[in-house]
Amino acid sequence: MIAKRIIPCLDVKEGKVVKGTNFVGLRELGDPVEMASNYSKDGADEIIFLDISATNEGRQTMVDIVKRTAEQVFVPFTVGGGVRTMEDVNRLLKAGADKVGMNSAAVNNPELITESSDRFGAQCTVVAIDAKRVGGKWHVMTHGGSKDTGIDAIEWAKEAEKRGAGEILLTSVDTDGVKDGFDMLLTDTVVAAVRIPVIASGGVGKPEHFQEVFNKTDVSAGLAASIFHENTFTVKQVKDVCVEQGVNIREA
Amino acid sequence: MIAIVDYGMGNVASVKTAFQRLGYEVEITDSVARLEAATHVILPGVGSFQAAVEEINQRNLVKPLRRLAKEKPFLGICLGMQLLFDKGYENGTSDGLGLIPGEVNMIETEYILPHIGWNQLQIENNNQPFASFQDKHVYFVHSFQARTEQQYLVTTADYGTKIPGIVQNGHVYGMQFHPEKSGEVGVDLLKVFMEETNADRGQLA
Repeated sequence: MIAKRIIPCLDVKEGKVVKGTNFVGLRELGDPVEMASNYSKDGADEIIFLDISATNEGRQTMVDIVKRTAEQVFVPFTVGGGVRTMEDVNRLLKAGADKVGMNSAAVNNPELITESSDRFGAQCTVVAIDAKRVGGKWHVMTHGGSKDTGIDAIEWAKEAEKRGAGEILLTSVDTDGVKDGFDMLLTDTVVAAVRIPVIASGGVGKPEHFQEVFNKTDVSAGLAASIFHENTFTVKQVKDVCVEQGVNIREA
Repeated sequence: MIAIVDYGMGNVASVKTAFQRLGYEVEITDSVARLEAATHVILPGVGSFQAAVEEINQRNLVKPLRRLAKEKPFLGICLGMQLLFDKGYENGTSDGLGLIPGEVNMIETEYILPHIGWNQLQIENNNQPFASFQDKHVYFVHSFQARTEQQYLVTTADYGTKIPGIVQNGHVYGMQFHPEKSGEVGVDLLKVFMEETNADRGQLA
């Protein structure tokens, strides 16, 4: 049986891992490659880097980080953030990323999904969707969750699949940072709407939240950032809770 | 020296490092002379079957690879494993290297595709060096699979259908998953491949 994946996410700014989501008063936490390597040793099934650099130098630094990670980390890793063109996708894959995540750029230019999937394959084309509850629906948000595009998130997930996305990274803007658990209804709705793997993101405050999303939905993977970075919990602790609760995970 | 075939399909930095970790010298090359100088040939690959065949053709590597596979231990990884078979049906029909009898087509399963993630190896033949890897998780990412005879199956994975994990025909091996992305288990699998084929090599030479 295929295992549910536990994925730590590292927000990287100008070459350093920073405490994410809150853009005011960012705190540096360490070297991305070193942290990714430690997470993988602790049992992380995959690593996601989110590049939030504001400068070209920062993005170039990210390419170097990707190269070093490919040489030192023996689990798959995805790079997202600031991916706007096929050239960006190509550069990151060439540097050694296993998958590339696209978010706002895919909303503005859905053809980017098609082109990336045709050229590099569905398996490395991840579409990241930030969704927020508006009335009885979910809207796609861009600009770090602050701008409402008015696009229906469920329909957008379906279109991303149709255009060749191999995976959807689904972040609930509503639960992100709240630490009270994943957005079950949103996750369940998107998982039911598509036939590609979905990674749930946003809202983890404790290990039990992972087993909850795995036991209550058919999601393929769960992502968290702060509980791992702040050393509140280790990946191993999360996996231990999942095993206790009957979730099929990889015991590294 | 281990040679990794460079034919423009996917990044191979992790494959190279994995073998280096085992203490081997590794070269990434598309030079036939360098491939001939190698003790082992590794054929990696990410992308579509047809695109890979075109890239190999453009580099005039089909014949050399077929010949080298007779002469020395040969390992195909992921798409490189699929290329070991006779034919592939991704984006049309293309001829593979024909080193293991069988064909490559879309996975038929009720589960979602691509088959992405960590799946467990099921040993198909207990009397072999990979037997200790029963139930070990390795990282798969693919939508197409090989269809071959039981005698070439070393391990499989269950994804609503039986997916070949490791295949073998003499000293030609294939791994559908990514050993270089499968943590310590993956490196251990490459170690077993090297140990087994190093033992074989005396006989081949």
